[in-house]
Amino acid sequence: MATLASVSPAARSPWWERWHVSRYVQLGLAHALLLSYTLLAVGPVLLLVINAFKNRRAIFENPYAIALPGDPTFSMAGFETVLGNSNFPLYFRNSVIVVLAALLLILWFGSMAAFALSEYEFRGNTLLGLYLSIGIMIPIRLGSVSLIELMVNLGLINTLAALILVYTANGLPLAIFVLSSFMREVPRDLKDAARVDGASEYRIYALILPLIRPALGTIAVFNLIPVWNDLWFPLILASSEPVKTVTLGTQVFVGQFANDYNAMLASMTISMVPIIVLYIIFSRQLIRGLTSGAVK
Amino acid sequence: MTPARRAFPWHILVFLAPACLVYTLFMIYPLLDTLRLSLYAPVPEVRGAVQFVGLANYQTLLTDPLYAPRVQGAIVNNFEFFFIHMFVQNPIGLLLATVLASQFVYGRSVYRTLIFLPTILSFVLVGFIWNSILLHPQWGVVRNIATEIGIQGWFAPWRWAGEESGALTVMSLISVWQYVGIPLMLFLAALVSLPDELIEAARVDGATAWGIFWRIKLPLLLPTIGIVGVLTFVGNFNAFDLIYTVKGGLAGPNFTTDLMATFFHRTFFGFQLQSGNPTMGATIAGVLFVIILGGVMLYLFGFQRRLLRVEY
Repeated sequence: MATLASVSPAARSPWWERWHVSRYVQLGLAHALLLSYTLLAVGPVLLLVINAFKNRRAIFENPYAIALPGDPTFSMAGFETVLGNSNFPLYFRNSVIVVLAALLLILWFGSMAAFALSEYEFRGNTLLGLYLSIGIMIPIRLGSVSLIELMVNLGLINTLAALILVYTANGLPLAIFVLSSFMREVPRDLKDAARVDGASEYRIYALILPLIRPALGTIAVFNLIPVWNDLWFPLILASSEPVKTVTLGTQVFVGQFANDYNAMLASMTISMVPIIVLYIIFSRQLIRGLTSGAVK
Repeated sequence: MTPARRAFPWHILVFLAPACLVYTLFMIYPLLDTLRLSLYAPVPEVRGAVQFVGLANYQTLLTDPLYAPRVQGAIVNNFEFFFIHMFVQNPIGLLLATVLASQFVYGRSVYRTLIFLPTILSFVLVGFIWNSILLHPQWGVVRNIATEIGIQGWFAPWRWAGEESGALTVMSLISVWQYVGIPLMLFLAALVSLPDELIEAARVDGATAWGIFWRIKLPLLLPTIGIVGVLTFVGNFNAFDLIYTVKGGLAGPNFTTDLMATFFHRTFFGFQLQSGNPTMGATIAGVLFVIILGGVMLYLFGFQRRLLRVEY
């Protein structure tokens, strides 16, 4: 308890550690800091969204002004270009399919493996658990060279399935790790009672799932954002037009429409809408996932 | 669950098989196969054929005048990228988390949600926001504001972003802006779970907030600092999207923003007149593998073990 003793004023601590600041000044400083950082974090994003709703003339005369779009400057031209003359709706469909399928597979396969690892004592249990957790630390991108070859051999290049499988493999290690620690906390009696009643092991697995729903939600939200935002794998595995995701589509769009500022700003704004909506709905799960993954 | 003499436990296999299969086939196999491929080189006359060359690729990568400066540059840049994250992003995250952990600050969850916002955006967006809106050399918002208040002479990040000496720092700080939310959340979770009695006891003894932070909270946060450090280290060698979207495949000016991942992408897929080289790409992945493994081992055996010894 040496640390505690040295905090007391009796110890010869330097003056700045003895300088008491009033609660109000502390609170004032705290809010000033948080407000200015919030402005730094959100301001640039707002600037993008505000200007997406202005007409071309307003953007050029007063580039990226903070002023809200008003009567003479308001325009939806960019959005019309993006939604009418491009494949954005298709990109959206692709992204949604990839994200939903990958999340479903991560949760399904991950929870089954986590159930087996946490429920049964079989030979090699620990070793298998260790093997499955290697992937938490080693980034899957290092295997890109062989991954492309593998996808070519499987005939999956330029298909959404390639992306789904890669994201599933990438998401499984952490999902298994977190889910099995949650499954261990489910009371034994519950499972044994079901067994006495003659429930099969598959039935017991199905019984447990609703009990760890918060953990499942956490894993889902935690995987959702990197999968939606990923540029690397769409770029190397599925870059053809019919299978482009929103992130890759936006990236390419910016190159093609470099002079159409309205369309560019609108495409950016559209591509972040779903992720922000989901974030606002699920921010609590996301934060829990972030911390449970790293702290456990 | 070990009753003697039972039928083969098929259900365990059924539970484990799908995850193990997908994980092994699409993660472990590509990783190992990439390492294997780094020991091969294309046969000059035969298209698509490779032959075993041992560690020759690694030797080429580290000594060839075409590759060596690039790989050294990329590693040095990657470490600079890492240090800026470690000593700018993580302290800012810790500072914000400390303030957010205080129960007296009103509206904490609103602040937290908003400050985390950039972290959920893709780098395509973040790159555009900074490159084309904030730091554009002609009409960037930062330039307008700096000119307005008359500091454009010595504060000119839009110029630094295009210069060899400053480009990497500006890129790193953009990445810091995006990812500060992650250390913030990890530190916040750790701070909230610190035992109240310790801090209360110190406060009763007359300790100031400043003293409590340095003498009690910070030492107790050491394990979290370690985790944040290792996550920063691994994540930083994954960094690709920002440089690729803002600076392009060539990581200009003059390769000063080149990171291992962009170098890998360029070598593997080729650029301009140079055609792609999968085996050299695999070799770069192999070097990265060693660096990342080294960092993780250093953390596991150096940092975490010493920590356990101190705790008990």
